Amino acid sequence: MISRRRLLQSLAVFGAAPVFAEPPRAKKTLVVVFLRGGVDGLAMAPPMGDRDYAALRTTTRVKGLRLDDTFGLHPAMAALLPLYASKQLAVVHATGLPVSPRSHFEAQDFLESGTPGRRAAEGWLNRAGRDLPKSAFSMVAVQNTLPVSLAGDSSALAFPSLRDFRVLGGDAAATTFEALYESAVDEALRTSGHEAFDFLERAKHEGLADRPAQHGAQWPKTALARRLQDITRLIHADVGLSIAATEAGGFDTHLGQGAETGQLANRLKEVADALAAFAQDLGPRLADVTLLTMTEFGRTAKENGTRGTDHGTASASLVLGGGVAGGRVLTRWPGLAASALRDGRDLEPTTDLRAVMSECLDSVGIRTRDVFPDFAPVKLGLFG
Amino acid sequence: MIRLWLVAFASCASAPAVPVPVRPTPLSVQVSLPATGLSEAERTTHALNRLAFGPSGGDRQRIAAMGLEAWLSEQLTPGVDPAMDERLSGFKTLDLSVAEALREFPRPDQRLKAMGVDPGSPAGQEAARRLVKESPEELPRQLLIELTQAKLLRAATSKRQLEEVLVDFWFNHFNVSAEKNRVRWMVNAYEREAIRPHVFGRFRELLGATAKHPAMLWYLDNWMSVRDGFELPPAFRKSLGDDAGPPRALGLNENYARELLELHTVGVNAGYTQADVREAARALTGWGLELRQRQRDFARFEFHRLAHDDGPKRVFGLELPAGLGQDDGERLLDHLARHPATARHLATKLCQRLVSEQPPPALVDRVAATFLRTDGDLTATYLAVIESPEFWSPANVGTLTRTPLEFVVGAVRTVGTLDEVQRPLAAVLDQLGQPLYRCPPPTGYPEHGAHWISAGALVSRINFGLRLATGRIPGVEVALPPKDTPVDVLARDVLGRPASASTIATVERALRQDDDVDERRGPQVAKVVGLLLGSPEFQKQ
Repeated sequence: MISRRRLLQSLAVFGAAPVFAEPPRAKKTLVVVFLRGGVDGLAMAPPMGDRDYAALRTTTRVKGLRLDDTFGLHPAMAALLPLYASKQLAVVHATGLPVSPRSHFEAQDFLESGTPGRRAAEGWLNRAGRDLPKSAFSMVAVQNTLPVSLAGDSSALAFPSLRDFRVLGGDAAATTFEALYESAVDEALRTSGHEAFDFLERAKHEGLADRPAQHGAQWPKTALARRLQDITRLIHADVGLSIAATEAGGFDTHLGQGAETGQLANRLKEVADALAAFAQDLGPRLADVTLLTMTEFGRTAKENGTRGTDHGTASASLVLGGGVAGGRVLTRWPGLAASALRDGRDLEPTTDLRAVMSECLDSVGIRTRDVFPDFAPVKLGLFG
Repeated sequence: MIRLWLVAFASCASAPAVPVPVRPTPLSVQVSLPATGLSEAERTTHALNRLAFGPSGGDRQRIAAMGLEAWLSEQLTPGVDPAMDERLSGFKTLDLSVAEALREFPRPDQRLKAMGVDPGSPAGQEAARRLVKESPEELPRQLLIELTQAKLLRAATSKRQLEEVLVDFWFNHFNVSAEKNRVRWMVNAYEREAIRPHVFGRFRELLGATAKHPAMLWYLDNWMSVRDGFELPPAFRKSLGDDAGPPRALGLNENYARELLELHTVGVNAGYTQADVREAARALTGWGLELRQRQRDFARFEFHRLAHDDGPKRVFGLELPAGLGQDDGERLLDHLARHPATARHLATKLCQRLVSEQPPPALVDRVAATFLRTDGDLTATYLAVIESPEFWSPANVGTLTRTPLEFVVGAVRTVGTLDEVQRPLAAVLDQLGQPLYRCPPPTGYPEHGAHWISAGALVSRINFGLRLATGRIPGVEVALPPKDTPVDVLARDVLGRPASASTIATVERALRQDDDVDERRGPQVAKVVGLLLGSPEFQKQ
């Protein structure tokens, strides 16, 4: 049996173009960045024009860069302002799920399942990917393990980085394993083996891990930036990437959260700088891409006794992409008056995050039917 | 919230519950195996694959010396294992009670607060960073590190292999996750007190021990479930600080009651209704915890009579008259533990773990009948599986997918011995999708193999096999066969059964290619073993 690897090698010798049995490629890509720990939306996009804001926050009050009459952008996220000005970035505020427990693990599971109040067997992105062409590249998580959002029956691949995702022992070992798995009796093993070696061959053949930054992008040296850069490499390489997920942590700021500078500011700067480099690197390809950030919950409207904030309900999301009708803060702002707060303490979620997730899927041409059971999204007009 | 409960329960706690006596394990169990088409060696491999964490040289020798039936009998009534106890004595945290764990391993901010330092101030943050950097072994994560190390050590080296398999099975059945806030300080005591002592006992005792353990009470929220309309004495409301917000509505929490029915006992298709879940939750109101930090039995089970709903109830065919108090919950557990649907649910899961993903219905029927006939005697139930012709049927040999834990420990037991568990060994389980003690949903990890097999996980398994065989997993002493051992013999040793002709041909081809490059290296045993550990055949047991 001639493996694809050997076919590829012999073709390369003769200078022929590689021939693949290609599934139809996805042209558009949704990238979901999960910010774990519960991002303080009132610091990321401070409601400076809300008359109750100042009284609720003392050491964690942020003077933001002006977005509109009510909202600002955290100054550590200044790298995103040009994208906001060019209307490729929108902020969705006071968003979350209607049922939001204050436990990280439950809130993350409910959100990643796409089913408020319960945990589903499949993640929302896995359900969304049901009808995608079968390919090792169609759904990818650039992180150590597959997130709940991508877990389920449709196959999705997780790896920490393109550079580290390889078989030790070089090409010879990889060829041997490929042959072993081609003759595996167990179907799941045979199929997964096929996907793994398909991915590895393509990644190697196209030199994916070594593709340089495009369009003069300056990638910061952070974990999130490295992961997003790998995702841009897959997008540029046209390997059929439809859904990509990655994550960053460090947002659980109970203590010493800081304001314009400090702990949270550092995290937000990492996010903003990585997102800005992502947009720069994609250049015109940003037209085919939507990137959405989400977090399991926001934080208490009022600062706590340790210069931080505790687990709350609604937060803010960023939506970045060529098709975004951006340059706006989309919100039905509930206000921070005591009577408007959920349980007297949290920003009320007035925009269901599932509506945002639906429109983001829609924007890259993925069918959203059945992705969110028992949910009929209202039209937000995020994409004009 | 915690403070609120603390004061409320200080006023309404009843006397501590009397611990349920653990049934002494029978002195011996006679095992007689049915006729089978398997050879002696195949039977040994199969027994070690399913009733142990894979074959090891030492266990093969013991079975050869004492006979398989005697070994199985020993596994079902395990005595002491002084060598194992000696190895575990080096750990500092394994014997801690929940209260001790909470006290001795506080979060850095709590530690600073206790020292009078404001952990939110710049100086406090600097002090917290110093704590993390200078004394990492005093951080809460140390509890989980040691517990994980102990689990891997036991799985790889304990003589009581079946006990380790069953502790893993029942922990997963009654799953709690250290990811849920305080459970991290409770999970060690949970396995030690609620699971391990009961795996050869009666199911009712196991069920009761999990129901009353702080880890379960916390994980599934029953500690905060109170009768509707229960109000805290007004005098205590004042003591709430500003940051705790206004008092929250108190009432029934159905979380534990639902999982008790759906996962722990009768199973999701048993025919109970939402009304049954609610009635079960009412029966379990007041099953809570001692929340006064200063009490010696802090964080132990407490029945809070004032929070209990004492009206009459009807749960899934069980009538509970008014006024039973804690006995509501005890009778409910009695009822569920002896229910035929529970017998069927447990028999199915046990056969899926030990025999086949689609266990023969006749086998499940017999195992369930044994469970009911013996009033939930778990040892008798396991014996019904082990003595069944289905367990030993060649059609079921080598058909189950190894979980990441079974793969990693099985590979270690195949190539050598585990001297100590270092970080890379524990980390590989995270990469493979089975972080120990951190499975978030109450379902535990699924019992079907497809869950574990994905392209990314395969590459991780392949790389682990190569690193292990070439001596690059620190803490594992690798002892490989002599270097002139033929490939087919190596394959039989590693896989526990003869490899397919195509596997042997592929591995031999790989060796020939290598020899072209460097003839001096000869047959590379480590490389062959690495290839075999990553082969599709080794992923099965």
